[in-house]
Amino acid sequence: MTDLLSIRNLTVTFPTPRGPVDVVRGISFSLGRERLGIVGESGSGKSMTGRSILKLIRPPGRISADEMIFDGIDLIRRSERQMREIRGARISMIMQDPKFSLNPVMTIGEQIAEALTTHNSVTRRDLRNRVLEMLHAVRIHEPARVAGLYPHEVSGGMGQRVMIAMMLIPEPDLLIADEPTSALDVSVQAQVLDIIEELVAGKGMGLILISHDLNLVARYCDRILVMNGGEIVEQCAADALHRAQHPYTRGLLAAIPRMDEDREELPVLDRSAWAAA
Amino acid sequence: MNAVELENVDIAYGPTRVVRDVSFAIAEGESFALVGESGSGKSTILKAISGLAPDWVGTIRVLGKPRGHGPDRSLAKICQMVFQDPYASLHPRRTIDDVLAEPLAIHGIKEQRAKVEAALAAVGLDRRFRFRYPHQLSGGQRQRVAIARALMLEPKILLLDEPTSALDVSVQAEILNLLKKLRREQGLTYLLVTHNLPVVSFLCDRLAVMRHGRIVEIADVDALKAGRLTEPYSLELFQASGGPITAGA
Repeated sequence: MTDLLSIRNLTVTFPTPRGPVDVVRGISFSLGRERLGIVGESGSGKSMTGRSILKLIRPPGRISADEMIFDGIDLIRRSERQMREIRGARISMIMQDPKFSLNPVMTIGEQIAEALTTHNSVTRRDLRNRVLEMLHAVRIHEPARVAGLYPHEVSGGMGQRVMIAMMLIPEPDLLIADEPTSALDVSVQAQVLDIIEELVAGKGMGLILISHDLNLVARYCDRILVMNGGEIVEQCAADALHRAQHPYTRGLLAAIPRMDEDREELPVLDRSAWAAA
Repeated sequence: MNAVELENVDIAYGPTRVVRDVSFAIAEGESFALVGESGSGKSTILKAISGLAPDWVGTIRVLGKPRGHGPDRSLAKICQMVFQDPYASLHPRRTIDDVLAEPLAIHGIKEQRAKVEAALAAVGLDRRFRFRYPHQLSGGQRQRVAIARALMLEPKILLLDEPTSALDVSVQAEILNLLKKLRREQGLTYLLVTHNLPVVSFLCDRLAVMRHGRIVEIADVDALKAGRLTEPYSLELFQASGGPITAGA
């Protein structure tokens, strides 16, 4: 299987008054048409990794990599203008909170249509049908009514489904979902992830799911990268997560309360344990 | 005597009734959880108890005393609230010392300095944090400050509104351990609002499952741990939270 995406030695650097800081430190990984999970805590560099793939790191942040090959195209050598042809059309991204990522003054239907017309030319009638079809695909029951609503008129879960519709209507090859459900209720989370999973599998896309939630990633991905301090500390198959070796991964797993919790105290990460290793 | 008691409480925001006919009683020293999805009214109940949502009917009793609808200064000494997001709940231009000393000043309590230092020690923060600003602290440290602020007046009851959901799992573990320790040491009563059922398993004795403003089930935490909740909606929530799926579901 040829890789859809192959990244070698990716570094993201931000300048600070005390000199440049690498928030992602020379990581390498590749991705086929599969579901890859990236987990880590705040500041681990997982979101920066996701954004670098689309070169969405704003100055003064800088990206460097030996190569970042997506479907034969080396993204690292692409200009900003050339990147625009890829963003949305070939690789798209779902952000965390629909409240902040949807345009508040455009109806949902218009926004989804815009995502399509930016990259394709579509007749008006086709456009409307495609938008309604897409809303239907993300399990919105009255697509025609919802298309006419503004983002503040829908719930968080529905907003996130609208985001998914918008991101998937141009039929990209790779979807990056950065904490797509952490602003949502548990009961809605599963529904949104099921939709993502179903659409990704149905269209044979690649998926990168970025999350702080180890159990969630293990449930929805094939393979997992665990990041800490800008580095990949562990890679494993999702079903082998509970056999993880690295002290950081093991510490994270142990710190999560369980449904049948009977420990008097939760183990707390001893950050010196692997810093010394 | 019950620490908190609600009888047939309805709470409204303007014309919208968000909580309907809710009754429950929390014994002194008990840790009680309200769980349910957003919009189910669980945070609104905390707001009504603390006085932030004054538009309610029914009876709310705190330590046996019926609660009025207006602001109540004496209530602040027995019942305090910790909010979800420590990034939003601390004043960005006040030092930790200001934040912690303010309740003491309002209630005319002396020996502020010693009390502030004792509170920092109780939540596991070093004294050097005293004159820092919230932006100089990590999320977990800020939540410790928010808990310390709630404990300044030595209340008997803490209302905890999703106290760990804005935090990383490793930090969440630290805060949960802290809450458990404080409850043990100071004999506190907790009313915890959360959507995270495993957190309930760790920290609480009983839970009430809410939906559309009503309580659908009140159960012991042992029933939760064993997956023996009876209402279909509670089980739905249980499974969505990663609980093992039992036969027939």
